[in-house]
Amino acid sequence: MQSVLGDKKALAILLGPALLVYSLVMLVPIIWSMGYTFFSGNAISGFTFAGTDNLTRLFTDPEVRTALSFTVRYAVVITVGQIVMGYLLSLMYVFILKKSSNIIRTLVFFPVVLPTVAVALLFQKMFEIAPQNGLVNSLLNGVGVESVDWFGNASSAFWVIVLMDIWRSMGFYAVLLYAGLVDIPEDMLESARLDGATGWRLIRSIVLPLSMPVLLSSIIFSINGTLKVFDSIVALTNGGPGSSTTPLTLYMFRTSFAFGDYGYGSSIALLLTLLCLIVTIFIFRSSRRDLTKD
Amino acid sequence: MATMRTKNRMLLLGVGLSTASLLLTACGAGSSDNGGGGGGEAEAGEFSFLTNVENTTIPTELETLAGDQCKTAADAMPLKVDTVPQTNLDQQLQLLAGQDALPVQFAAGNAPALTKELAASGNVLDLEATLTDLDVIDQVEPAAIDTIKALYGGFNVLPYQYNVEGIWYNKQLFADNNIEVPETWDDFVAAADTLNTSGVTPLSASGEQGWPLTRLISGYLFSDLGKDALQKVADGEAKLTDPEYVEAAAAVADLGQKGYFGEGVGSIDYDTAINQFLNGKAGMLYMGSWVLANFNDEAANQIGTENIGFMPFPKVEGGAGIDEQYAANVGLPMAISQKAYNEGTGEWLKCITENYGSSALENQGSISGFKVNEEVDVDPLTQTVQETIAGTSESVLWFEALFGTQATTASQTNAAPLVTGSMSPEQFMETVQSALK
Repeated sequence: MQSVLGDKKALAILLGPALLVYSLVMLVPIIWSMGYTFFSGNAISGFTFAGTDNLTRLFTDPEVRTALSFTVRYAVVITVGQIVMGYLLSLMYVFILKKSSNIIRTLVFFPVVLPTVAVALLFQKMFEIAPQNGLVNSLLNGVGVESVDWFGNASSAFWVIVLMDIWRSMGFYAVLLYAGLVDIPEDMLESARLDGATGWRLIRSIVLPLSMPVLLSSIIFSINGTLKVFDSIVALTNGGPGSSTTPLTLYMFRTSFAFGDYGYGSSIALLLTLLCLIVTIFIFRSSRRDLTKD
Repeated sequence: MATMRTKNRMLLLGVGLSTASLLLTACGAGSSDNGGGGGGEAEAGEFSFLTNVENTTIPTELETLAGDQCKTAADAMPLKVDTVPQTNLDQQLQLLAGQDALPVQFAAGNAPALTKELAASGNVLDLEATLTDLDVIDQVEPAAIDTIKALYGGFNVLPYQYNVEGIWYNKQLFADNNIEVPETWDDFVAAADTLNTSGVTPLSASGEQGWPLTRLISGYLFSDLGKDALQKVADGEAKLTDPEYVEAAAAVADLGQKGYFGEGVGSIDYDTAINQFLNGKAGMLYMGSWVLANFNDEAANQIGTENIGFMPFPKVEGGAGIDEQYAANVGLPMAISQKAYNEGTGEWLKCITENYGSSALENQGSISGFKVNEEVDVDPLTQTVQETIAGTSESVLWFEALFGTQATTASQTNAAPLVTGSMSPEQFMETVQSALK
């Protein structure tokens, strides 16, 4: 084996095709996009060199600040929601429902396979106020509370998005974490029980530490996914009311393709990439520290 | 135990694989849909037409023509209509133009600035030269050509509509509540108040589209500050954040604060806004005369055209604007791709220019910028509007007419927050001003 890997020709043959494909579909577009940050204009009117104008504009643009703050808020709330709900569900599957968890697992997982747009339309109708009240407002009216314009106000629109996205994705994280939980050796749980650990004590001292690797992977998955959220928000609120639920991705898309400024759009993309990178490195670092401690 | 774990793993693997395959299927279906329907790319031999989904008048009428007067052109080059929501139109056009994939005929963007940019890059056919070559230039109303040139920098869009915009009102509701047709802004607010008290939504407007609300701001501005109010902003001589400009936004925001647009105005789309007016739930509707096509739809119009009146924008007292103020435009006009132009398109263009005017007026009561070549019987409301158009010597533009795409989007997406009170008039004008380049 070593002799094969020592042979540079063999290495080139083994790695070359994959590296080439990877470069073509990943690296070239990334570098291309970074190149755009130094230009202004678009594919219709052509490009002009703009130096570092686009990058400095990132620091002064109030829309970027709003979009960045929304993105971070959204990512934190959804990640916490997805992981906590997912973990609670997976604990329920393993310790309460046990072998009979199949049906519940399938039901909770079901929204994951639904198209995002369909889910968004469902929530739009549920929280509708005009032309007629949706389910939620009808229920509110039923208990004597006035209808609420859920999508007309930044904070209520935010919480509808949060509710929808957690409902939509918690089944996925539940299955992911469930896979980690079923891997915990039964004899270890057994011996902990014999030592008198039950309930919260068992989870805190045995289950949580042993499921830490899969939990961290889920957090990385979740935070990167949520930082790059696009489809669910476009379909549900389209960034509104005003631009109060516009994440960086949507602002980037609009800047590039509706406002015709590819250069500035690429700069926003760069900001998003850096954000994802920093968060991922931070989580990796902390996860490594934890594992060596144990 | 070990067998159970293996079983569980197999189960999970199964779930994972089936999810992946489901997702792949979903993605696969999605992308093929996009390829088939969303693009509207020009294919050889088809008269492809990309328009906003809200506009049903033009596609319907072209389909009628394709089976009648324009049959020869349609047999040689069949009509294929694709639609896109108006709020996504600008980005769709830019994407298609960037890929050299514009359809033969397409709805010009929300901002005339975009059409100018497309024209400068050789994507839009010069209609003055083409229609002269085809010998049909005299089939277009000169006034429509002038309006197009003023807005789009040249005759590069087709005037499928030639409109005046004003306020439509429900005569019956006005009579029931003893409301006189308001002439001043104060009368208008008082009328709205009376309607509101009687349990009717005073003004039906689509906050989802945004522009029906910003039209009220520009109407107020033109009436208060004069016809050139927004030209000054475009030229940099005035700013939207100046107090006299903010006053207009505040006046409209005030209507919202008092609940005159009804509940959930931000969620009301174009069709809902019109339906609210046509089923008698709303007293007034600001809209262009293209809406006559909806009014003439007997199934949708429950109040009857005889119950609909049309009035100019109410005058702001002491303002510098013109009397009888109407906004005039060519609606959302259609451009022809220069790159996709060929003999077949020429046939279509010739036929449309010669026949669309009378055909659209007769079938849908829709007034266009094409000459009406045949005697058409129209109902009294359409006739009133025709007379208004003929009698309007001075008109104004709309709020975003001179703005770029970014300011247009900023204005239209923030209009609903302005009237629901989640954005102050100062913030609104500041946001739009900072989006102006």
